[in-house]
Amino acid sequence: MTAPLAVEVGTELPEQSFTVTRADLVRSAGASGDVNPVHWNQRVAQAGGLPDVIAHGMLTMALAGRVVSDWAGDPGRVLAYSVRFTRPVVVPDDGMGATVTVSAKVTAVDDGVAALSVTASFDGQTVLGRATARVRLG
Amino acid sequence: MALNPAFVGRTFARPGTYLVGREKVREFASAIGDLNPASHDVAAARALGYADVVAPPTFAIVLALAASSAVVKDPELGLDYSRVVHGEQGFEYVRPVVAGDELSIITTIESVKQLAGNDLIATSGRITDATGAHVLTTRSLLVSRAPDEDPA
Repeated sequence: MTAPLAVEVGTELPEQSFTVTRADLVRSAGASGDVNPVHWNQRVAQAGGLPDVIAHGMLTMALAGRVVSDWAGDPGRVLAYSVRFTRPVVVPDDGMGATVTVSAKVTAVDDGVAALSVTASFDGQTVLGRATARVRLG
Repeated sequence: MALNPAFVGRTFARPGTYLVGREKVREFASAIGDLNPASHDVAAARALGYADVVAPPTFAIVLALAASSAVVKDPELGLDYSRVVHGEQGFEYVRPVVAGDELSIITTIESVKQLAGNDLIATSGRITDATGAHVLTTRSLLVSRAPDEDPA
């Protein structure tokens, strides 16, 4: 067992920044089974009206979720996690990739469960909306 | 193109079961940069009380995506899958998924609607284990963008 988490409303989780490269998109496609070419083929992405290849929404969701599960320690403490995908994360083929910055804070504590609000930003704008999680504290 | 409203409420059982592999859990965790020992090291997972390595919270998309894409590609539904983007995603757990779980999923079409020319379809996936016990529910909203919309 991991030690119970001590939190109160307003507690901020450690912020993390994640770099997403084209190689990460290839791995994500393989691991998730989402082989949609807009996540690896610039020609297809641009033909669909996108500026360039974009990250899988599920990769952005998973990276943002790491801020929660890293803090929780035991990933099994995450009871619920949901997001809206509001803007794409564009991943250029420039050797540097895209940087997504994620923060989270506790919005409620009730009966040993913390409710969290998660914020993920790319290029100065949020990319997830209504991103919330519930985490068992004990 | 309006979606076929007759699909609302329909359920689809994925044929067979999905066996959660230890290496698949490790591969998925590595792909999202998640180095939590509980998702890689059996002894670390057992120290937390689990039978085997613990899947990261979004792992169930592997199962849900395959199941729901089979459903929403039914031509009678009328969804233009080439214009589909992921609108929303959620996971509600009864217990975490661990390697060795043999999972079944039933996908339900919760709603279809049109908003600003976009087709929206909400699905849920109820995932159960080999004993029939509920493990988690996934919820997805897929958006098929209107043909003339400029997504930039």
